[in-house]
Amino acid sequence: MAKLIMSLDGSIIREIPLDKERVTIGRKPTNDVQIENLAVSGEHARVVTILNDSFLEDLGSTNGTLVNGAPVKKHILQSNDLIEIGKYKLKFIAEGPAPQAAAPAAEDMEKTMVLRPGASVARPATPPPVAAPPPAAPAAQPAAAAAQTVAAIQVISGPGAGKELEITKNLTTLGKPGVQVAVITKRPQGYFIAHVEGAKFPIVNGATLEAQARQLNDHDVIEIAGVKMEFFYKTR
Amino acid sequence: MPDLSSILEIASATHPGMVRGHNEDSIAADAEVGLAVLADGMGGYNAGEVASGIAVALISSEIRKILANHDAAPFTAREIERIIAEHAGKANAAIYHAAQGNPQYSGMGTTLVMACWHDNQVAVGHIGDSRLYRLRGGTFEQVTRDHSVLQEQIDSGMITREQARHAQHKNLVTRAVGIDPQVETEVRTYPVQADDIYLLCSDGLPDMVADEDIQLTLATLKANLPLAAEQLVQQANDNGGRDNVSVILVRVLGAFPARAGVLQKLKSWLK
Repeated sequence: MAKLIMSLDGSIIREIPLDKERVTIGRKPTNDVQIENLAVSGEHARVVTILNDSFLEDLGSTNGTLVNGAPVKKHILQSNDLIEIGKYKLKFIAEGPAPQAAAPAAEDMEKTMVLRPGASVARPATPPPVAAPPPAAPAAQPAAAAAQTVAAIQVISGPGAGKELEITKNLTTLGKPGVQVAVITKRPQGYFIAHVEGAKFPIVNGATLEAQARQLNDHDVIEIAGVKMEFFYKTR
Repeated sequence: MPDLSSILEIASATHPGMVRGHNEDSIAADAEVGLAVLADGMGGYNAGEVASGIAVALISSEIRKILANHDAAPFTAREIERIIAEHAGKANAAIYHAAQGNPQYSGMGTTLVMACWHDNQVAVGHIGDSRLYRLRGGTFEQVTRDHSVLQEQIDSGMITREQARHAQHKNLVTRAVGIDPQVETEVRTYPVQADDIYLLCSDGLPDMVADEDIQLTLATLKANLPLAAEQLVQQANDNGGRDNVSVILVRVLGAFPARAGVLQKLKSWLK
């Protein structure tokens, strides 16, 4: 469980476990953490804890709330953040090591949530899945594999015959703007060609492209605006 | 109101992404009246879809009605801004009351971004972290500023934009439609130029695709707007697709002054 360690002039006064959703800090006795000091506002700040994340909110206090020396209105607490309220210092210590628990929390953060003054945080009613979420890895792996080979286009007809173009960008256009343009997109699964503009569609290996993008294979012959070119993988 | 369908080219795409079971985004666009609305719902079970659906349906149909049936003097920029804020307020009330009346919808809400093109201008209203970007010439800019904890931290200088890209709390908004009885809509009007391309999107796009890649896609594929929209969604999904992703692209093909010149009036009268 996350906690705050309160100190004054370097000596630790108490430890405050963040064991409920909202822990309020202020001068009034109604607060969860009462600080009887005139520099502290009646209702000064609060810490909202959801799963493994704690948020600090200043409640419009007169003298403000500092985190690591900078004034804050709302702040996502990170372990060892130093909160200052008047002369009091509160060190935030995140929950003990729980790397497995961190994954669902990160997943939960992907969902948009609302944090606003005067009410609790609205969050999805569905609990986050306990099982580890599918990370971006499945997409990333083929990407890494594809990155090892470089694709290129070589013009095989017309005045530009022999010219070679390496496809390094995510999007590479071929053709003449206003006449006929096609685009080659680099994706984790490989390279794809699609029609962009013009009355005529690109021809791949003698067949006219449909509206959908088509995956390119090594040594495919593409024809755009009357120019033939070959798509191939360079081995390095 | 003048028909803008020959001036505005619009394409859109929406996808649940690679991780989520369903799509909580809702979109609507109408080139004739020059209106685009996008909402990214939140809340358990299907409540997010309900919230974003209410917002988009209510706003797009009611504003469309007002604009399409308006034959008097053209609306001023201020009037359009008022219409936007008023309808965002109506959507807020509708979602808030639906949530109050149905326990399964409790806590639902939605972010919102909408744009209305009129008289060589665009009025942009937003709540939360759904965004509007503009590509003008070689400059790609985020026009709206998120109502989010992260944006507040950037504004106060606590973190840099670079740090923000790797922040954990990207999706914590400070404002949303339907959470409270009232909501404040940020509405601003910007001059429009021919060849501008506008992008309305849910946070699923900028969270997964870098601004430079979005810009490259728009610049490269502007001649084929539906392909550009599809390509943006595909890039978000290729990069992991952790969230729903929705985009509305609007390309401005020419000028669209509210008051036609005398010559144009004569021409249309002679037709």
